[in-house]
Amino acid sequence: MTEPIVTFKDVHKSFGDVDVLKGIDLEIKPAEKVAVIGPSGSGKTTIIRMLMTLEQPTSGDIFVGDQNLWKMEKNGEFVAANEKHLREVRGDIGMVFQHFNLFPHMTILENCMTAPIHVKKEAKKVARQRSIEMLEKVGLGDKLDNYPSQLSGGQKQRVAMARALVMRPKVMLFDEVTSALDPELVGEVLEVIRDIAKEGEMAMILVTHEMDFALDVADKVLFLDEGVIAEQGSASEVIEHSKNERLQSFLHRFRS
Amino acid sequence: MITISAIEEIFPALMKGINITITVLIASAFFGYLFAFIAGLCRLSNNIVLRKFTGFYVEIFRGTSLIVQLFWLYYAIPILFGIDLGSDWWAGVIAIALNYGAYMSEIVRGSILSVAKGQSEAATALNMSRFQRMRLVIFPQAVRMMLPEFGNYLIQMLKATSLVSLIGLHDILYYGDILRSSNLSQAPIVYLLVLVFYFILALPLIFLTRKMESISKKGVAS
Amino acid sequence: MENWSWDVFLDAFPIVLQGLGITIGLTLTCYLFALIFGFVWIFLRRVPFKPLNWIVTWIMEFIRSTPPLVQLFFIYYAWPMVPGIGMTLSPFTSAVLGLGIHFSTYIGEVYRSGIDGVDKGQWEAARALNYPTGKKWTKIILPQAIPPTIPMLGNYLIIMFKEVPLASTIGVVGILHMANSYGSQYWTYLEPLTIVAILFLVLSYPSAILINKLERKMNRRFDKKEALKSSEGAIT
Repeated sequence: MTEPIVTFKDVHKSFGDVDVLKGIDLEIKPAEKVAVIGPSGSGKTTIIRMLMTLEQPTSGDIFVGDQNLWKMEKNGEFVAANEKHLREVRGDIGMVFQHFNLFPHMTILENCMTAPIHVKKEAKKVARQRSIEMLEKVGLGDKLDNYPSQLSGGQKQRVAMARALVMRPKVMLFDEVTSALDPELVGEVLEVIRDIAKEGEMAMILVTHEMDFALDVADKVLFLDEGVIAEQGSASEVIEHSKNERLQSFLHRFRS
Repeated sequence: MITISAIEEIFPALMKGINITITVLIASAFFGYLFAFIAGLCRLSNNIVLRKFTGFYVEIFRGTSLIVQLFWLYYAIPILFGIDLGSDWWAGVIAIALNYGAYMSEIVRGSILSVAKGQSEAATALNMSRFQRMRLVIFPQAVRMMLPEFGNYLIQMLKATSLVSLIGLHDILYYGDILRSSNLSQAPIVYLLVLVFYFILALPLIFLTRKMESISKKGVAS
Repeated sequence: MENWSWDVFLDAFPIVLQGLGITIGLTLTCYLFALIFGFVWIFLRRVPFKPLNWIVTWIMEFIRSTPPLVQLFFIYYAWPMVPGIGMTLSPFTSAVLGLGIHFSTYIGEVYRSGIDGVDKGQWEAARALNYPTGKKWTKIILPQAIPPTIPMLGNYLIIMFKEVPLASTIGVVGILHMANSYGSQYWTYLEPLTIVAILFLVLSYPSAILINKLERKMNRRFDKKEALKSSEGAIT
């Protein structure tokens, strides 16, 4: 059996008095595609934000490969991770956001190039070449010198994906990436995700409301409800054949 | 009594002060912006001592008058610190720079805080360090937001330079006062010309500020 | 070379304090003048005659971007010399006119931002209900335009308070003037000037906090986001 690339062990998260996640156990294998579904407020986004180090878990452990993300060893003891440790471990993880979060003061190409150059210390020429290739792949090869403000929402989200892909992550996180888009622009973004998924080698965690898409792309579906994973299994098991009543009523609202 | 000959006589006399007015302006602007960035960043620091100390500086200088600060520093620097700045020019520059640095540090702080949170998160997702996030993503956007305010403050600093005549520096207003005291009936035309002088100096700054406003409208996510 | 002396500090304190009444009185008078005169600018800018609007805009720009200190000197020293209309003014009156007019240009901008903030529908409604011009302003527009600007106007009160010591240069005997004359009498400036600084701090800092609170309350009430405001800065 292959070692998981991401492991959650009894992860809890609360914001103030509100317990958002109440014990998440989860294993994701390399190249596995996982869709996380569930009602809003169920903590779906929090799961991937903790993995991206944007939120700190209240308790429990998250592993990337065999490295503990939020704790590091110091003199034989585990202590809270520092910035250096976080950077070391999260290097294999990339993320695409609901609101794109492109850098507005950079062109499309600069958006993609900046991290390879400054974080991975790649030569400018190499970074440029790879960024152009990636932008061509998402169908934006003709917009290299445009600024984000000149693009449609769908185009922005495709740039955001190219920007994340250039870093060659082993795990890519998608946080409701179509929720902020006009309905007619959703298709082009899903198309790109589908292409990336087909290429295979990268693990993907998709927080999404697009049920048909999840069914199509995901190897595994997690149904998150009231802070726990209420149901998990293959897409068809969870979405088509589950007996869980809350899941049924949730699905009913989304697929009519 | 506004005669061409009077203007011909007054204009060159005032001209003698332009050197001081402009050098004080440039130096106070330079140090003012410098203090603003240092203090603004310190107030965002995780170090509580640094934060409290700069907070103290900012509140002291925002809470009192520039003219009081100017006189105070003019008398206090040699006494309290036992240093002779060499000239009153430095006392003027330091007073204006410290005062406006305190005000503008709030602009620096506010602009950095108002860069959308998602920007910093996206930079984290690209595995940038804290310093890289600041340098590559937050700061360039924050500076765009600061520009118009910085332009406005530059005009304020120009106006503030007129105070240095009160500690004996020979700026435009100083020569205006000399002309007025030597011939009281000339006072209206003298002060009118002094005002026109300042306005001419302010004009490019006014246009610069407008230009900065249009620049800052582009390229910022908030 | 002199040094800091608490004896001098205690000796100078009551003397400097004597000027506080004048400083505060001048602040309030200047402020009132600026509040009223601010409307004059608004009115002049709204007269439907383009060249006049243009001239008024530039006059405001001129007043705003030249030093109030020079304007003060102009009114105090030069105005009496202006043939025909000139007259001698007391230092206090000169300061009220000089600082009042200077700040009225800023106050006018505040009013304008308030008026611009009134929903377009309100103007249309006023027209649809056939309000006469005067009533339209007093009953519909201003009651909505002014309240949101109150925190900004409050800020200007504090700013003007800090600019008022400029008037000591033309002989208004506020706290700075008292401090300077104490200094020239006993040849020790540091202590009296420190007292002046402390008085300013003690009065302006709590007011600033108060205004800040008011602003947050207002923002909530008028559902406006806290914006980066230039209205905070010193003017000098």
